[in-house]
Amino acid sequence: MGDWLRTAAAVAGKDLLVEWRSRTAMLSALVFAAVVLVIFNFARDATLLAAADLAPSVLWITFAFAAMIALNRGFALEKENAALDGILLAPVPRGALFTGKLVANLAFVGLVEAVTLPLFVLFFNVSLWHALPGLLGVMAVATLGFVVVGTLFSAMTVRTRFAELMLPMLLLPFMMPVLSTAVQATARLLAGRPLSEIWGWLRFLALYDVVFLTVSPWLFRAVVEE
Amino acid sequence: MPPDDPPPLLAEGLKRSFGHVHAVRGIDLRVERGDLLAIVGPNGAGKTTLLRMLGGLARPSAGRVIVQGRTLRADDPDARRPLGLLSHQSFLYDDLTALENLRFAARLYRLPEPAARAVAALETVGLGGDGNRPVRTLSRGMVQRVALARALLTDPEILLLDEPFTGLDAPAGDRLRRFLREHLARAGSAVVVSHQLTEVWDLATAVGIMVGGRWAEPPAPAPPLDVFQRRYAERLHG
Repeated sequence: MGDWLRTAAAVAGKDLLVEWRSRTAMLSALVFAAVVLVIFNFARDATLLAAADLAPSVLWITFAFAAMIALNRGFALEKENAALDGILLAPVPRGALFTGKLVANLAFVGLVEAVTLPLFVLFFNVSLWHALPGLLGVMAVATLGFVVVGTLFSAMTVRTRFAELMLPMLLLPFMMPVLSTAVQATARLLAGRPLSEIWGWLRFLALYDVVFLTVSPWLFRAVVEE
Repeated sequence: MPPDDPPPLLAEGLKRSFGHVHAVRGIDLRVERGDLLAIVGPNGAGKTTLLRMLGGLARPSAGRVIVQGRTLRADDPDARRPLGLLSHQSFLYDDLTALENLRFAARLYRLPEPAARAVAALETVGLGGDGNRPVRTLSRGMVQRVALARALLTDPEILLLDEPFTGLDAPAGDRLRRFLREHLARAGSAVVVSHQLTEVWDLATAVGIMVGGRWAEPPAPAPPLDVFQRRYAERLHG
């Protein structure tokens, strides 16, 4: 188990170091998130639509599409000089490779969300203090769910000719249950409703996580072997 | 060597198809300790696909590869441990330095003291002073040497080298030949795909010609180079 964790940590650490050196995906995702928030903010007619009505959808659309940019790069960097082959040649458990990739993707998407959330508060003028613990919980379980599936699909599409197009096409249908649930839960939280009201949705998101955390590493083995 | 000791590398009936394209059509080979098998053939002969199958990177459509008595299987990654593969691609990350790339590879192989192994491997290929340069700033020949260092990092018993002399200058080529000679003397084995026959001829214990995914001439002890070159030209041009 120690070797397995060390391998996963090596893969995650390498991904983070490569991204730190180039910063391309991170900057793209952050700029994208900021632009989406600005556009939605100025497109909204405040006399017709209250910020609180639009805010949950905007927040999760921003998270989802910014995450897509981060997820696309997860395996794209392995295409460079066939680096993935170099990893597969080593006696590396495929589950450890998947976990390393997952951890790196979670770090990317988590960072994008951490920067996006204050911008969202700024642009939509919503008070988060009372909703923050619940919202962080929803963000944690929802993000884990779509990043797990996204990591798997990123590996599936990386060898295809139109990987950047294929990933959203495959991933978005699988993200829909997570996003719609997260939007509903966020709307309740921003409206000041008690945490008990979203408990069912949190359980659904947790179940989604458990299912895909179980299935994805298993499918990943078949995906990466030529 | 005890009589029941399995050969380091054995391939039986290897075939590989990509849709309707049959890249490798039934290859058998056996490489013993201290052997260097040189494989030559025209472009598209299936040499690289064969090497990828020997390295466990491509799954054969039929046949099997046996490394030190263990059949290569996707669910047995440890069977690949004795192999070191140098491919057309470097397996390196351009944004990382040469040392960072090698340290990462050393961690994947769970080598003790990955940092020291990375430094030693770079020194083996004569790039000890360039370890902290990002790969993207290195010349083509230097990248080839870092890729070679990556393949040698684990001190593998079986080397699979695809055009290892490409991009190397004369001193680096000499250094590689010297390394290969020592490797064979230590009872290591190697399969080398190369168009530069003069580079490997004095090291090769056997040579095989591949054409159209098959052996046009199966591996046999290497004759004098000029004799072989005449025979090779006849094979290529009918």
